[in-house]
Parts: sequence; C-alpha cells; structure tokens
Amino acid sequence: MPEDTVSEVRSRIARPLANARGSDRSHDRKGVVVPEYVTVIPNVSTELPIAVAMSGGVDSSTVAAMLVRQGRTVVGMTMQLWNQRRLPELASEAGAPSGSGRCCSLDDVYDARRVAEQIGIPYYVVNFEQQFEEHVVKPFVEEYLAGRTPIPCTLCNNYIKFDRFLEMADSVGAHYMATGHYARVRFDAATGRYQLLRAVDRSKDQTYFLFGLTQAQLARALFPLGELNKPEVRDIARSMDLAVASKGDSQEICFVPNGDYAAFMDAYLKEKGVAVERTSGEIVTTEGRTLGRHEGVHRFTVGQRKGLGIATGEALYVIATDPASQRVTVGGNDDLQCARFVAKQVNWISIAGVDDGATMRAQVKIRNKHAAAPATLSGTGDAERVGVRFDDPQRAITPGQGAVFYDGEIVLGGGWIE
Amino acid sequence: MQHFYFDHNATTPVDPEVLETAVSCLGQVYGNASSIHHFGQAAKQRLEAARRQVATLINATAAEIVFTGGGTEANNLAILGLTRAATAPRKHVITCAIEHPAVLSPAKQLGTEGVDVTCLRVGSSGIVSPEDIRRALRPQTVLVSIMHANNELGTLQPIAEIAQIAHQAGAALHVDGVQALGKVPVDVVALGVDLYSMSGHKLYAPKGVGALYARKGTRFAPISYGGHHERDRRPGTENVPGIAAFGAAAELAGRRMAEDTERLAMLRDRLENAVLERIPGTGINGSRWNRVPNTSNLYFDGIDGEAMVIALDLRGFAVSTGAACSSGALSPSHVLKAIGLSDDRARASMRFSLGRGNTAGQVDALIEAIGASVAHLRRISVHA
Repeated sequence: MPEDTVSEVRSRIARPLANARGSDRSHDRKGVVVPEYVTVIPNVSTELPIAVAMSGGVDSSTVAAMLVRQGRTVVGMTMQLWNQRRLPELASEAGAPSGSGRCCSLDDVYDARRVAEQIGIPYYVVNFEQQFEEHVVKPFVEEYLAGRTPIPCTLCNNYIKFDRFLEMADSVGAHYMATGHYARVRFDAATGRYQLLRAVDRSKDQTYFLFGLTQAQLARALFPLGELNKPEVRDIARSMDLAVASKGDSQEICFVPNGDYAAFMDAYLKEKGVAVERTSGEIVTTEGRTLGRHEGVHRFTVGQRKGLGIATGEALYVIATDPASQRVTVGGNDDLQCARFVAKQVNWISIAGVDDGATMRAQVKIRNKHAAAPATLSGTGDAERVGVRFDDPQRAITPGQGAVFYDGEIVLGGGWIE
Repeated sequence: MQHFYFDHNATTPVDPEVLETAVSCLGQVYGNASSIHHFGQAAKQRLEAARRQVATLINATAAEIVFTGGGTEANNLAILGLTRAATAPRKHVITCAIEHPAVLSPAKQLGTEGVDVTCLRVGSSGIVSPEDIRRALRPQTVLVSIMHANNELGTLQPIAEIAQIAHQAGAALHVDGVQALGKVPVDVVALGVDLYSMSGHKLYAPKGVGALYARKGTRFAPISYGGHHERDRRPGTENVPGIAAFGAAAELAGRRMAEDTERLAMLRDRLENAVLERIPGTGINGSRWNRVPNTSNLYFDGIDGEAMVIALDLRGFAVSTGAACSSGALSPSHVLKAIGLSDDRARASMRFSLGRGNTAGQVDALIEAIGASVAHLRRISVHA
C-alpha cells in the first residue's frame, strides 16, 4: 500500500478520536468517551515496532487500531493454531464445525484481515499448529486422562502467544507484542521487576491466565486494554468503524466445540488410535460404596454435578478422580470443601518468591470464576512449590487448575494445583 | 516502500501487451462466440485465433486445444475425464508424490471411485525415475500423470522417456505443464504426450483461463455438462477476453523464449551463487541441473522459512515457502518432504521464482535482504 494511502487511512481513524485523553476519562462521562491509551510502562519506547496478535475479535482489533492511531509501527498477525476440519466427528450436520467465533475459523481470519486492511497495516497469518498441538492440545488431553482439569489457555499463553509469537515478532523486527488481554503491566523501579496487575475492568480481568509470564516476556508485552472497560473498547471500535465492533465475545476453550471437551477428547484419541474404553470404571462414594459405572475418568472434573448418570435422593458431586484405579469418587457438597493445597511449578512475577519457612498473606484464586479468597502462602525449600492455606475452606480445589496469588491488584505469581 | 516480486511460480503480472489485448477484447468483443451474427462471429474469430496461438506454442494443432477455466480444471478434466472414459474393468493410474494438489486430489478422488492409484516416490533430486514408472505399470494402467516442471523445485521430468514407457504398456500420459509453459520450449509431438495442462496466469496472462492439449484421438469424458462448446469437451460460454489474452501471451512467450530463458537463468545463477557463497549453511533443494531457468529453492539451516517470508515481505521482497492453506497461513511443503528433506530443513526452505520484470539490481537488493534476514533470524532463534 502506498504511503499516502496509509496516512489517509490513519487520519480517517484518528479523526473521531482527537482530543480524547485518558486522563480525562474519569471526569468526562458525556457522550462517547474514548480514552487515549496511556502506557503504564514508563520506559516503553514509542519508536519500536509492535506485533499485534489479532484473533479477529473486537478486543485485539481495537488494540491494533489504537496503536496505529498513536502513530506506532504495527504489524498484525493471526496465529493459525488448530485445523477445525481435522476431527470430522466434531463437525456439525452441515459439514462445517458448529459454533461461531471459534479458534482459527476462516471467518475470524477474514475479520482480522479486514481490520488490518482498514487500518492500513501489514498482516500475516502464521502457522503454529504443530506447536499448539504439542504444547497445548496434547497436555490438555493428557491432564484429563491423568484425572486433572487442565487450563489450556494458560499453556497457550506460556508456550505459544508469549513464546512462539514473540519469537515471530522478533523475526519480523518487532520489539513489542500487544494482545487484547485485559491486564496491566508496569515496571516497579523499587524491586526492578515488571509487575502484572489486574485489569481496570474486573469483570474482564484475564490475569488468571497470565500467571506463567516471565520477566523477559512481560518486558515486551503490551496490554492496551488493561486500562479500559469492555463497553469503552466497543465504543472505540465503533468510533473507528471497525468491522468487528459488535462481534460477540469468544467463549470457552477455543479448540473445543461447544465446550464439550469429552467429545473432543474422544475424537482426538480416536484419531490417535488410543482406546478410551480402558479408562471406564466405577463410581464410588467417599465411604467406598459402589453406585454405578462411568465411561472414562476424563469425563469428570472435581465439583461436577451433571452427567453422573446416577439417581439418588441427595445432590452428588465429583470429589476426586483417580486414573490409576479408574474410580470416580462422589459425595455431598460438604465433601468438596477444603482449605489447603500445594501449588507446584510456581512462577513469581511481582515478587521474587517466599523464603523457606516464611509466610505471606495473599488472596488466592483457584479457577477463573473464583473470587480470590484470603489465604496464607508458606514457602518451602523449593521456590517453585508453595503451600496455600485458605482462611476459610473453599469449594472444589481442583488438581490441574491454576492457583494465582494476588496482593490486591498485583499478581504476585501463580502455580498449578497439585 | 518499493516492492519487488520474486514469486512468479505463484502467478505472473499481466504483460502490458497481453493487457492491451484483454482490455480491447473486454471493451469491444462482447459477443457470444456461439452466436451466428456479426458480434458472435467477432468473438469466435478471437477465440479461434487464440486457439491457434496456444497450439503453435506447443506444436499442436488448434483442434487439439480445449480452453478451460485454468490449470486446475485442465488437470481435473484430463485425469478424471480420461480415466472415467476408459473401459478397462479394473483401472489403474500412476502419478507421483511431488505433483501439484490439482493432480493429487483428482487422483485421490479416483481412488474413492474404485480406481487403483499408485503414487510414486521421488528421490532427493526431485526428478521421477522412468524405471520406477516402468515397474509400476500394470496391464490395467490407463493413465500416467507426471508434471513437466515441478512448481517448487523447478525440476524438469523426463517426459519423452516416460511417454515411450507408458505407451509401450498401452497407457496414456497426462502432463501437468503449468510450470513449464513459457519457461522451456514445449513440443507435445516430440515429447509424445497425450494430454498437457496449461495455465494462463503463469504465462503473463490473466487468472481464470487455461487449456488442455488433448492429442487427436485421445478419448476423455467431460467433467461438467452443458452446451456444445469446445467440441463437447468443456461446456460454458467461452471467456473470450481471457482466452484472447492467453493467446497473446502464448505468442509473446514463443517470441521471447530464448531471451527470457537466458536472462532468467543468468539472474537465478547470480542469486544462487551469491547466497551459497556468502551465507553458510545454505544449499539448493533438488537437482541443480535439469531445472526451469527461473526457479531456485534454497534452504537456510536454522531459520524458520515462514518468519523469513514475512521478514522479507516487510523489507519489500515477495518470495514464498510451502503452500498456503485456506487461512493464508503456510503449511509444510509436501514436495520438500517427498524428496526426503527433514522437517527442520523443509521449514528452513524457501522458493525464489524470477520473471520478466526482475533486473540484476533487484536481484542484488534481494541478496542483501536475504543476508540481513538470515543473520537476524539466526541471531534471535532459540528454537533452531
């Protein structure tokens, strides 16, 4: 695209947004308020090019458009992570996979490409299918088979988005990468560390999925939406006439159609030639009484109530799954309450860690929808292992999920529930 | 920023001379070539003139040229059409692993229709062994389909020898000539082929037009049904402006053949020699000899080809690697895998394909950009 066209496009985008400053945001609530993105990292160079991870959704599209409007040099890239047509069992009757806005759908690539064209930036689709399967899909399946409940989004952030994508950014000469995550990063001069903070819009905060980010990754990550509320993001998208302004939010796990992870696993294991029948077994109570049989431990997750296939007078929940004995243990809601666990493979972000034998107060979040609850962290000899004791027992502490430690807005670090 | 085009095997720009033909035809010759009136006759004249031009380029007669909607359709018509028309009770077809998807997919389709399909392996040279074809032939073999020039490597296949072997066994030979037409002289009589596929847009003509040469007497069934166009071999109102442009491009190619091939070979060698000399850990994929003159497929150990294509594009140089999937992302090349490259080396490979618009100055700038990109990518790569 010739230069004059680019600046033409840029000025068209910039026009409706002129004079809107982030600092005015809290004072000016009249009409459409479009805050300027004010970087929270004081030493971010405004000269260095930025690679934007564009999913085709409204958030990352808005990020790209905002950065262009600020005059930054931007290249847009969409990660091709999973071939939706790969597992035919999951396709809908029409032959195409069901559900909209799913991972790497051609519609999403179309949308991202259209936004890139609109804002006048170079745009590429990069193929990370092989790495995604290796680092996200396989562990996802293996974790379920091992009786745990994985979070693929965190693995994807750790191994794909903030690793392979960052490397691709490097390859094309982009120093920073920006995403549509709702989170904030700032550099703390006192500790010399990059800190991760919750998003201003608490309902959209995604720091739970970002606990694995290293200092080196945070130093190069930009989250322009961390200071904004979702409605403001949509306002910006609309004011810039972005084609995706009113597109719905993505849901669930991107590569699993309709959230039916058991069907996904069946199809994936079938493709791999792995027999799943061998994981079927007994459903037992906490007292060891057999209530029935199930079709595979991977179909159950701690706290689950539906799909047990057992009719009893009282409400039953999955308390534990044990792939070794292929048993699913069920019990009442009280049996799900627990106050302590160990977090493993802990990544420290805003602090260096908790010393052996030392304790620290924090709020700990044990799944995405969990409200962080007050707890005491206790250091072990191993910096990657932390004991967690909640002040009050919490429901369904689930092995395989993440445990993220907060001090108010600040993410201290996080690990995996053992 | 200036952009330089080194991806002529993907497609070519329309030559100004060809463009003139296309535009004048689009504007003035709007009749239906099947109509009996003045307007129809004008269109018919352009259609038949183009047919003679294309026939002349490959030493065929005009009646042996069937215009299609492109190279893919020509391949489908040849492979599906000939095999379906054959009367053998148990049919067998031979092709090879480095063919274009426009050949492999119809062959695969035949497989679902009860035809036995043999897909021959190809060695590291990227050249099919005629002996392998001889061994694969069966009494039931109705068709052998082998490309003339490979799109990714540029390697030329021993078509004349394969034709003799196939004909001795009573099988017909189809050749996907899309990547050879205009790059090397093509003489269908000397080669001895029965069917030869061609594409306009690889020959400086517009997209959406191609042709199938079918030697007189070669029986094949149509693959779509409609009117009596193209002697009942390919229905549908003829795309006269596109076909006229294809004809003009064919004539131009014939005129420029000697000059183009010599100049492009010189530029290609300039590129390869500089890269191989200056950058360690590089090499040519496939045979260095028996190639079309414009194509160079090189590996750069330790780099990610996809990243390098993007990096070069951002520097203003259009090159390619592998094949694009529907999203536009790149997938690993089946050709490079078929000739035995490791996954790493296949990922580290890319294709440079030169054309009429390229100059020595552009090639030198490309060499500089490759050097800088490879150095940068090797410095930052942690996965290599």
